[in-house]
Amino acid sequence: MTSAVGSTPSGAPTRAGGEDRQAPVRPHRKRWGRTAGWLGWLWVLPALIMYGFFVLRPLVTTVQYSLYRWNGIGQAEWVGLHNYLTVVTDSDLLKIISNAFILIIFFSFVPVCLGLLVASLVRRLSAGPFGTVVRTVLFLPQVIPLVAAGIAWTWLLSTDGLVNQILRAVGLGGITRAWLGEFDTALPSVGVIGTWVMLGLCTILLVTGMSKIDPALYEAARIDGAGPVREFFAVTLPSLRQEIGVCLTVTIIAALASFDIVYISTSGGPGIQTTVPGLEIYRLAFSQRQVGLASALAVVLMVLVLACVLPIQRLTREDKA
Amino acid sequence: MPDFSTRFSRRRLALLVPALTAGLVMTACSAPGSDQPSSAGSDAPVSTELGTGPITLELYAETGFPLVKALADEFTKQHPNVKFNIREDQFTVITENAPRVLASDNAPDIIRLPTMVDLVKDDLLKNLDPYVTAYGWDKFPASQLVQLRLADGGAVRGSGSLYGLGLGYSVTGVFYNKTLATQVGMAKPPTTIAEFEELLAKAKAANVQPIMQFNKNTAGINFPHQALQNQFGDPTQVADWIFQKPGATFDTPAALKATQTIQRWAQADYFPKDANALDYASMVGEFQKGNGLFMFNGDWESGNLDKNMAGNVGFFLFPGEAAGSKHVAMSAPNTFGVGARAKNPDAAAFFLNWTHTDPKAREISVTVGGSHPGGPSDLPLPTIAEGTVLSETLKASQQLGAENGAVDFTANATGGIFAAAITPEMQKLVAGQQTPEGYVKAVQAEYEKELSR
Repeated sequence: MTSAVGSTPSGAPTRAGGEDRQAPVRPHRKRWGRTAGWLGWLWVLPALIMYGFFVLRPLVTTVQYSLYRWNGIGQAEWVGLHNYLTVVTDSDLLKIISNAFILIIFFSFVPVCLGLLVASLVRRLSAGPFGTVVRTVLFLPQVIPLVAAGIAWTWLLSTDGLVNQILRAVGLGGITRAWLGEFDTALPSVGVIGTWVMLGLCTILLVTGMSKIDPALYEAARIDGAGPVREFFAVTLPSLRQEIGVCLTVTIIAALASFDIVYISTSGGPGIQTTVPGLEIYRLAFSQRQVGLASALAVVLMVLVLACVLPIQRLTREDKA
Repeated sequence: MPDFSTRFSRRRLALLVPALTAGLVMTACSAPGSDQPSSAGSDAPVSTELGTGPITLELYAETGFPLVKALADEFTKQHPNVKFNIREDQFTVITENAPRVLASDNAPDIIRLPTMVDLVKDDLLKNLDPYVTAYGWDKFPASQLVQLRLADGGAVRGSGSLYGLGLGYSVTGVFYNKTLATQVGMAKPPTTIAEFEELLAKAKAANVQPIMQFNKNTAGINFPHQALQNQFGDPTQVADWIFQKPGATFDTPAALKATQTIQRWAQADYFPKDANALDYASMVGEFQKGNGLFMFNGDWESGNLDKNMAGNVGFFLFPGEAAGSKHVAMSAPNTFGVGARAKNPDAAAFFLNWTHTDPKAREISVTVGGSHPGGPSDLPLPTIAEGTVLSETLKASQQLGAENGAVDFTANATGGIFAAAITPEMQKLVAGQQTPEGYVKAVQAEYEKELSR
């Protein structure tokens, strides 16, 4: 960007740099080159200001608040790392954090595995009108606002909801229950909603990834006598490394930072069975007015997200060498 | 394919480090929060004149309750120089927003209040004592305003300066479905807890849902729990605990017995099986559909039930252990206060006084709000059609006033007790994941934790 034209020496006299710069043409070009560099920054300046104001500044203030005991209005009291100590020792908060990790199974691993399966099946159909319909249906959960999805699933999973009606119709009336209201089933039920939301995104990403795999690879595999399963593990899976990386990254962040689905479907209950860090941060800060503790939990959550996502980034990065 | 590279190039680092440092320097210089300007002293001069100049009152109210809008419209009709700018939010949202909204430069003149202790501690609410003298609110029955009084500094409720008034004074009890009542052989409302429990058993035997109660995002089963707790011991103990009097505890024999009863009812399936997945609106909807003999709720639903279950719904105050025992019920003002930074505090107080004393306003309070309008006891109550559940709740409210049996809600004891302890622990209790002993101890532990902050 900064290797502008003006800086390249040409056949001009080189005796004195100062005089050089006063020459009629080159100084102008040189100045333009430097300006072009700064002009580039000028274009991104509005975005940088917004980023700094709405992302970096809150990030810094969150870290700062986490070191105080503060109700959000009155004078804050410096408590150092005490809030962090609470986060890592309070049994309720630890359970809340572990809930988020259980959700990773539903938000992340299940959709990616199912997505691979569905994508392999859909890939062959993707050209025809049937393929378009399948893609649309699969992608639908991404378009529907999560709040609406949460409400619809609350109806589906209620005692008289569709899920229980179907179970009764097929003679499984004995296992019907208030799926979102019982201690054993609430978290998995929330997880199922997450799977439903994330599956479409993963499938579409993986189908797109599959479409760019060189058909010659499949041909070669087939000549070597590979069946569909072998083909999948030898060709499809390795070629989709980056796409899988993106799917895992996006869905793990969604699981750890989940809020809306949980807030709408269970509000964190029963007990704290489905409470996740996102919900707890909001409650601590706004209902219980413990802004410091909420900030500490937020910082811990950010660290956890990075700790989960960074290794995936390393593992799935394509070797450029 | 988006590049999610996380390797920090030197250039990125060169940008990030100064940006973060600058941010830290900008914010870390001072501790967050600041001292709020103190609310006007209680001896500052106040006026009871509305004047004729144009005034716009900023009003922050709860959504879903048409009372405030109806009162504001009538007030503007009577006093055309006063207009209202009404902002509405859900109650939980107001609870979360109140401190910040009251601390802002655009603080509302009149605000629907959640628990007020923290707000008074932070000097965000106007002390209404000067208006008490100016308008003669000291002639209102003392029990009407006791919940709105706070001792100096906001430490203890129940005595001290006045910080709010009610737009209606609610009473809670038990609504019942008259058709289902006949079906299970209930000729008249029960007069003892034992009779009430007999009816629950009869309903269960007749395959009728005995109690329709929600327990999802906020513990609705706390209504029957406190109804029992009020009767099993001295209700003053309950009130002292809510008012944060030193030494008060939730861990009492009465609370334990109430919790044991609730657990027994839950085990007997007197509550809906999916109570933990039912929210307030679903509960009311199910009750209106005829699913449930009883519903513990407040008079704010009277108007709605009269409309949707006309003639088929009754109301009674929860009975005591012995026939003829004094009635005690959760009853709280629909509390409104004046912001410490309000631009028109005098007009706000004028409006609050008007809602208690103007005949038309009192009528609106009853017909639209469904609750007792409060005010001086010598003012007549508006007449209500007999046979409506509204007339029954209004009578119950008067009866409670006469027996001096109003107790605030345990959920109002501290800002966080409902969300942090009562709701999750009550959900555990009815699901069999918590013992009654564990319940009362957990609630008390959270209470102490909050008071120590």
